[in-house]
Amino acid sequence: MEEVKVLGSWPSPYGFRVQWALELKGVEYEYVDKDLFNKSDMLLKYNPVHKKIPVLVHNGKPIAESVVILEYIEETWPQHPLLPKDPYERAMARFWINFLDNKDKVAPFVTFFIGLGEEHKKAAEEVKELLKIYEEQVLGEKKYFGGEEIGMLDLAMGWMAASFGVIEEIVDVRILDGETFPRLHAWIQNFRANPVIKNNLPDHD
Amino acid sequence: MAEEVKLFKTFSTTFGLRVVQALKLKGIEYEAIDEDLSNKSPLLLHYNPVYKKVPVLVHSGKPISESLVILEYIDETWKQNPILPEDPFERARERFWAKFNDEKLLPTIWGVFIKEGKDREEAMAGSVENLKFVEEELKGKKFFGGDKIGLADLVFGWLGNLMGILEEVSGLKIVDERYPLLLAWMKEFSEHPVIKDTWPAHDKMIIRQHLQALLTRTGGIFLCNLS
Repeated sequence: MEEVKVLGSWPSPYGFRVQWALELKGVEYEYVDKDLFNKSDMLLKYNPVHKKIPVLVHNGKPIAESVVILEYIEETWPQHPLLPKDPYERAMARFWINFLDNKDKVAPFVTFFIGLGEEHKKAAEEVKELLKIYEEQVLGEKKYFGGEEIGMLDLAMGWMAASFGVIEEIVDVRILDGETFPRLHAWIQNFRANPVIKNNLPDHD
Repeated sequence: MAEEVKLFKTFSTTFGLRVVQALKLKGIEYEAIDEDLSNKSPLLLHYNPVYKKVPVLVHSGKPISESLVILEYIDETWKQNPILPEDPFERARERFWAKFNDEKLLPTIWGVFIKEGKDREEAMAGSVENLKFVEEELKGKKFFGGDKIGLADLVFGWLGNLMGILEEVSGLKIVDERYPLLLAWMKEFSEHPVIKDTWPAHDKMIIRQHLQALLTRTGGIFLCNLS
């Protein structure tokens, strides 16, 4: 009997990626929220190097770093593949996941959320530029980033479908609208409508 | 039909060297194109419009950038002498340590060489902690990959060569006798028959690092430090 645990922390998008991957593949797991356990004990045991979530623990063996976990999940449970078969297509998916996780590409979104005044305005411009790249270069004409089905890149981008709308509401600035970014907008609707994803979205409040 | 493999790099790029070594380990023939990063070729800009950096692997006309993405592609495309093991948990281990090098170890150690005062002290403290983890990971192993060179070895590989050069130029010793396993690995890796001829010319590297150190101290423009 396999034992799969996910150590996460609501509403961390990195934790959600891991949960979505397991749910899509129909893998049963136990979710343990970091705030429910003593950080110094459990995280130190399972992720002594970074002391961060998410951590996947499979039959007692821990794996840390969300992207490393996703690759592990993909290789261990091959049903509902999250990466294409072709090595070049796989490389493209990995390239873009790496791009969107890059500190410099995450920072504008963070500043957009928590920054003020000039800083916030500048961040909004940078976010628009990044969204343009995702809309035109990465998604293009596809239904999902993974093609016809949700793939690893969709899961990595998933935080946008789950939370960007909420962020826009909080800062009262609308960027990702159906007119400026029709494809991304459609992708968000499709992503959120997926039966597995729908049941695993962070609550609106 | 001969496959066309091209690699855009510079003579010294740390990230490009890993790709050179992976290709050599698998016996893949390729054309090396050394770029001058102060004057990037139109081809490089065409093949890597997003980052405009090296290395870029071009296989039958299709470009791939980002060294770790390239290494995974190489392992999936050419199956001989795999650089990743079969077991998913061991593969995860290699990927974890590759990321650790690029995101933690390399930046902290680099910080020791290019920062000053309190910033340097902080970088040194970070380096010591990070090196401890790496030393621990080598327990009971000849290479990070076990008996043979794997992905993590290629990624940590800069320690086997560039580290000595940086220490020589700066007069600072970072990887000292506190890390006996790491020192042993550095020797083992850098002298490995496939690896040892891939290192860029020692003298050229020394001159280059002296020049970069000078530029940093005088506030000169720091071009891609590790390229």
